[in-house]
Amino acid sequence: MGPSALLAGGGVAVEGDASVTKDKTDLPLVETTELKIHFPIRHGLSVKAVDGVDMKVRAGDTFGVIGESGSGKSTLGRALVGLVRPTAGSIHHRSVDSATVSRSARQSMRRDRQIIFQDPHAALNPRMRILDSVSEPLIIAGETRRAAEARAYAMLDRVGLEAHFAARYPHELSGGQKSRVNIARTLTLEPKLLVCDEIVAALDVSIQAEILNLLARLQRDMGLTYVFITHDLGVVGHVSDRIAVMYLGVFVEVGPAQRIVSRPLHPYTEALLSAEPEPYPSDLRRGERIILKGDIPSPVNPPAGCRFHTRCRYAREICARERPALREQEPGHEVACHFAGDLALAEQKHGPRTVTPQEGEA
Amino acid sequence: MTALLSVRNLGVSMRTRQGPLHITERISFDLAPGERVGLVGESGCGKSVTGLALMGLLRRRTSTVSGEILLEGRDMNAMREAERRRLRGASIAMVFQEPMSALDPVFTIGEQIGESLRSHFRTPRREARERAIDMLARVGIPDPARRCDEYPHQLSGGMRQRAMIAIALACEPKVLVADEPTTALDVTIQAQVIDLLLRMSEDLGTAMIFITHDIGVVAETCQRVLTMYLGQIVEDAPTDTVLARPRHPYTSGLMRSLPRLGAWKEPLPSIPGRVPSLAAVPAGCRFAPRCTYARAECGAAQPMQEGPWGQARCWQAGALQLKGTLA
Repeated sequence: MGPSALLAGGGVAVEGDASVTKDKTDLPLVETTELKIHFPIRHGLSVKAVDGVDMKVRAGDTFGVIGESGSGKSTLGRALVGLVRPTAGSIHHRSVDSATVSRSARQSMRRDRQIIFQDPHAALNPRMRILDSVSEPLIIAGETRRAAEARAYAMLDRVGLEAHFAARYPHELSGGQKSRVNIARTLTLEPKLLVCDEIVAALDVSIQAEILNLLARLQRDMGLTYVFITHDLGVVGHVSDRIAVMYLGVFVEVGPAQRIVSRPLHPYTEALLSAEPEPYPSDLRRGERIILKGDIPSPVNPPAGCRFHTRCRYAREICARERPALREQEPGHEVACHFAGDLALAEQKHGPRTVTPQEGEA
Repeated sequence: MTALLSVRNLGVSMRTRQGPLHITERISFDLAPGERVGLVGESGCGKSVTGLALMGLLRRRTSTVSGEILLEGRDMNAMREAERRRLRGASIAMVFQEPMSALDPVFTIGEQIGESLRSHFRTPRREARERAIDMLARVGIPDPARRCDEYPHQLSGGMRQRAMIAIALACEPKVLVADEPTTALDVTIQAQVIDLLLRMSEDLGTAMIFITHDIGVVAETCQRVLTMYLGQIVEDAPTDTVLARPRHPYTSGLMRSLPRLGAWKEPLPSIPGRVPSLAAVPAGCRFAPRCTYARAECGAAQPMQEGPWGQARCWQAGALQLKGTLA
């Protein structure tokens, strides 16, 4: 919205400025418009990994993307940092479309957006020392080796790794330590946006807790914006400001994290939350679980109408026919469902907040 | 309560160049008929090795299994391989984490289900196929007659896991060891598979040992939880009791580090330090170097303490006020 209004405005730049100032806090760091990413396969068919995503990520926020395998969440994350080209639609960073800028401008945009992948071991070159892996991005960006290494040491310290790790090789480190190295490496370039693709999925819970705490601290200290991609509801609910629920290449629900995990408005979100095993004693767990039938359909040939209608327990005739648009149901909370607001979805009782644990004798 | 399976001082050690490495030590627990017990702990604590030892699937050339594994009073660990093979699949069966690598790609699903029936009960081929179709229907695979003749690669991940459960339960074993049976699955498919395992356990009266790192899965499936740390069971208690108030500081640390929906953006309590190597196991309480409650007494070896709440390998178990998964 911002850039086109300014450009079209021309003579009324002052007005444009005023409008920008007014909603300055809402100016997204990243914005996608009708983003589509299709991968051609055989016979003219294509995998519609991302199929029309509008997304706005505010600076300084953690934007969680949750979905099952095949929902397109990783492809979306890769597109946000420029690793995959959009088939259609656009991605704007600070209102600049990366597809239209010059090469050098794109290079500097790359510095601003980084991604961390799931497997911390596979992401590190086994033949490079940790110091070399961490300083490499800076050297590519044109820094001297000396300056790069000094910064690398500083970053390693910042992620909680002592200096002696610098001379080691990846196989000498534990999973949690390798995770820290990957975080350090992406942060040496001082990016603004960090896409975290399932980065704690392979870690044990106590290590996972350390890494999540580290990411929270770094976000505060460095003013980072995170896009947090995961299939883990506990993790996404814990770290996110806003959450998007993705199903077969589209967002079916986007809203404030705490609203989404406590009062979902889309039947798919309801089912996802309900399926999550709860680590609480039996009298504090919700009673009925919604068990979806079947598997997620193929993204090559997604169902017509609402993509979720084949597995939805509330589906009616219109759901197979018309694709529901994402519309605002509550302030800042959008849902793509024909019956959003009319359905009596189960309220989620995640986190036994009303319960005082019997701390007496068990 | 007469135990169906009684494990006594089970220890597994692996032969290495530096001498034997003790992976697990003095694992003892009982399993009642139809009971479901969770075995939880972090990577490397020895839970999968314990599962494989129960099944007798560890290579004898590289590993030694000591202690007793009494199935209905008969020590499987003292049996000859031929004798043990008669029990494996028929009386005690296993489901693995990754169905694609556990299934044989060159045999149809039906053949793989029928195989154990044919070898254990000499079921004729045609009857075995009928039983296979019946099993596939019971584990909720649509169109079982067609799926029976398909190969593993033609099935989705969730269906493969159902097929593996069908194989494991074809002979209606008394004990099922399930090693991370839902870890590779999406949460909605995980819910389906958990539901299936619970239903099968109730219908067939199968006792289950759930090996998992996911305390949520244990809470939804098991009556009892065994927590393992560095090759030992450190706590053995009923699920509801341990979730509300664990007695071993490690169990508490594990539970408290879980991010939970609702505790938004609060720093997560994590366990200080890291798991030591099995080659350098601390003397006395193995968890003491990382434990915030450690005292001088922890330098001595810790036997299991028993109380109305269960058992824990910590001399302070009766006194400590520890937090579980409740905030």
